Formats: sequence, structure tokens, C-alpha cells
Amino acid sequence: MAMSQTDNAIDASAPNEGVNAVTAHNISKNYGDVEALKDLTLEFPRGQLTSLLGPSGCGKTTLLKIIAGLLEPTSGEVQVNGKTVTGPGPDRAFVFQDFALLPWASVLRNVAFGLELRGIAKSTREDIASKYIRDVGLGGFENAYPHELSGGMRQRVGLARALSVDAKVLLMDEPFSAVDEQTRRKFQEDLLSLVQNENKTFIFVTHSIEEAVYVSDQIAILLPRPSRVSEIIRPASFRSKDVDNIRRDPEYLDIIDRIWASLRSYVE
Amino acid sequence: MELLRSRSLHLKLLSGLIVFGAWEVAGRVPVSYAFPTFLESMQALLALTLDGTLFTAYAETLRPLVVGVAISAVLGIGLGLWIGLSEKFDWLFSPIFVVMQAAPLAALIPLLVMAYGIGLTSKVFVVCIMAMPVIVLNTAGAVRNTPSSIKEMGRSFLGSRQDIILKIVIPSASPIIFSGLRLGVSAGFIGAILSELKITPTGVGDIITYSRSIADYPSMYAAIFSIILLAVLFLNVLERIENILFKGNIRGYVSD
Repeated sequence: MAMSQTDNAIDASAPNEGVNAVTAHNISKNYGDVEALKDLTLEFPRGQLTSLLGPSGCGKTTLLKIIAGLLEPTSGEVQVNGKTVTGPGPDRAFVFQDFALLPWASVLRNVAFGLELRGIAKSTREDIASKYIRDVGLGGFENAYPHELSGGMRQRVGLARALSVDAKVLLMDEPFSAVDEQTRRKFQEDLLSLVQNENKTFIFVTHSIEEAVYVSDQIAILLPRPSRVSEIIRPASFRSKDVDNIRRDPEYLDIIDRIWASLRSYVE
Repeated sequence: MELLRSRSLHLKLLSGLIVFGAWEVAGRVPVSYAFPTFLESMQALLALTLDGTLFTAYAETLRPLVVGVAISAVLGIGLGLWIGLSEKFDWLFSPIFVVMQAAPLAALIPLLVMAYGIGLTSKVFVVCIMAMPVIVLNTAGAVRNTPSSIKEMGRSFLGSRQDIILKIVIPSASPIIFSGLRLGVSAGFIGAILSELKITPTGVGDIITYSRSIADYPSMYAAIFSIILLAVLFLNVLERIENILFKGNIRGYVSD
């Protein structure tokens, strides 16, 4: 098993070895007296999915929002493709936990909204949006409103919106936590093929151990008060397997047990 | 859907029938000699309409009403947006509107008359004092309560501050802004009539005062009825406009 206590040990089987799309250097974030993140350093390999996993309150969403440029770190810096992050940028797109759809706008306008804010002409952006709406499996729902869709379909809209701006880095904040279990499984499988087919770097926040192990190339375990990276796990053997066989792979099960053993004491 | 709409129309007709029926019965009992029946009042309304009194009266009443409501709507929504977006501005201006809303207007009218005379200005002021606070406070509250996740979404997809205000904050606040507008407009109607009763009797206020003084109660109630009818019609128009502008909002917000 390829597991490592240090943050720069990269598994030999990983493609683009040593090439990181996103790096976080010595990030600290304080809210008043509360230290949410302390001196956190983490690298996100290009073209791979890294998940941030940890008990609630461990600052994983804070880290994601700092990478997104939505929050400013108290100290330290984030680099995306070598450029220091000073705010939101066209190289990153965000998928929100609560979908963050505009309730008054149709699916088409919601998906095209990122392009609309970039000043893309209406016909162009609607063409692009329609393509991604079909890609995420919502063809025919272009003119529906969010309240007419199920939770899973709403998140597909959120995903299509993030894909349509064609950012190299996709930031996902517990994207599947508000959808039901069966839809979530389908989403996880879809996410795996997305990682394989799109040349994008995914950063994925989750509180589900199974989900993290299932979808990730690299799992960063964050421990709280103040948050730091306690461990980085890179599943080695089952990533190349068929999606149907992952859940009974011995390594998959071992990693889940191991992560639970290290998180157990932090869960009230 | 069609069935539902026709049912709601039936219910509206039924409730109208009950209210007017009760009015008719109460007028026939009679509850008081100063209380005419529904049919007498409608006859008086028809007479007032046919001899044109009602139209000249409304030409007079609608002036302060329209001017006041227009000022309140534009200025009120503008101020409300500003208050909602800036904490400093909130601190500076909110108390004024809270006091304005709480103040007993009738007691302030002599002050207004002293300052602005008995003309249109004072009446417009009365309409504004009635209509503006609720518009300002509703708008500010709605703007402040814009769900933070959709604002964050706007920022993360590179929206400028102007984009976020125009494309996210205002549409999101619009249902509550519109409900403030509806409340403000109905308060404006009260203000317009109040000013005609308390400052100088003109327009519809004149019909009310004059018919009361000569004990022509059906005409008095006809005038009151007509102003209520006008207010209801206007509010319905406002609701239509809102539904056309913000189609997806009809069913409220995505909650789960």
C-alpha cells in the first residue's frame, strides 16, 4: 500500500509526477481568536482528484474557499499553475454544497450564468451551456426552473455550470452531501469518468470516508483544532479497476478502516 | 391548473358575495341610520360616476397619490438597496425610517402644514411618510438577507460587484421588495385620503367630508368603496407585473 506521512511523497504510478496544478503553502486562517487553519501545506497533482477529508470543523471548506479566492488566508499563499491566488479566477470553478442556483432562472440560464458573468454573447453561451446540460444528462430540462428539479438534478445543473466555464481546476464543496444515497452513488461513478475524460484537476471536500476513498487519487486527512494535514493517502491498486469492483477491493476496505481508526478519536 | 384557477375564482366570488351580502343585511336591519345598504351605496356610486363627480375627484386625489407613491417607490427602493448593501448607511438611515413608521402621522400633519402650506407638497409628503418606510425597510431587509451562497457563486464565477447587485441581489430580493411595494402603495392610499381629510378637503376626501356633512351616507360609502376598489385593482396589477418579471419566483425559493 502506498501510504505516506509526508505531503510530498508521490506514488510512482501517478501520472505527471511532481507536477502540481495547485499548491497551498503554509496557509493559516484565523477567525478572531479561533485558528481555523494553521501552517497548512498541501499539493494537488494535475489531472487528479484530491479529496480533503476530516471531521466537521476541521477547516476543509475554509481551505477550499481560500483556494477558490473567496476567502483570504491570514498568512501563506495558494498558487494555481504557478500564479499566486488573489481572488477568484478563470482557472477555477466552484461546485456548491447547496447548489447555489438562481431560483428565478431556467436551467439554461443557470448553466450559462458563469459565461454570462464573463460577458460571453448570449447565443454562444447558450450553445455551450446546452452541450453541458446534455453531457450531465439533463437534456430536455433546459427551460425548467430549479424548484421543478430533484436535488440530484439540481446538483447536475451546478456541475454543468462549473464545467461550462472550462476552468482547469474544479473545486467541489461536499457536492453530493445534499442528495440521496442512490443518486450519490451514481454521481460518484460519473465523477470517476469525469476525472478520466476531462483534463482537469479536482479538489473535493467530503465528510464521507467511503466517498473519499472511492473517488480519490489522493486523500488528504485534516485534523482539527487547529487544522493541519495529518496524513496523505494515495490508493494504488484499485484506481485502475472497473467501477463495479472498487467497493470490494481489499485495499479499498483497508484504507477505509485505517482512516476511521485515525479519525475516530476526533468525532464527538 | 385550469381547475385550480377556476376554483380560486369561485372562492373569490363567493367571499365577495358573503361580504356584500352581510353589508346589505346590516344596512337593512339597520345597524345605524348612518349606515346605508350595499345596493344604495352602489346606486350612489353609479350616480357619482355618471355625473362625472367621481372622475374630477380622482383627478384631484390621484395627483398627490401618484407623485407620492412614485417618489416613495424610486427613492425607497434606492435607499433600501443602499442601506442593505452598506452597514454604515444602515446605521445612519435605518433609524429615521423606523421612527417614521412608528410616528403617529395625524399628529405630524399640523407641522407639515406649517412648513409646506396646504397645497400639493404637504399631501405628497403625507403619502411619502406613509408609503416610504415600509418600502425602504423591506428592501433593505431583503437585500441584507440575500442567500450568501448565491452571492459567493457570483463572486467565484467572476461577477463584478455591479453584476452581483443587478443579477443576483436585486432579483433575489425582488419578492420581498414587491411585497414592500404593495404594502407601501396601500399605505400611500391611506395617506392620500388622510391628507384630504386632514389638510384640505379635495377630491375623494371632499366627497366623503361633504356627503357626511349633508347626511348623504350612500355617497360617502360609495366614495370609500371606490377608493378601496381602486387600491385592490392597483395591487393586483402590481402582482401581475411581479409575476411577469420574475417567473421562477412564483413558487418561492428552492428550499431543500
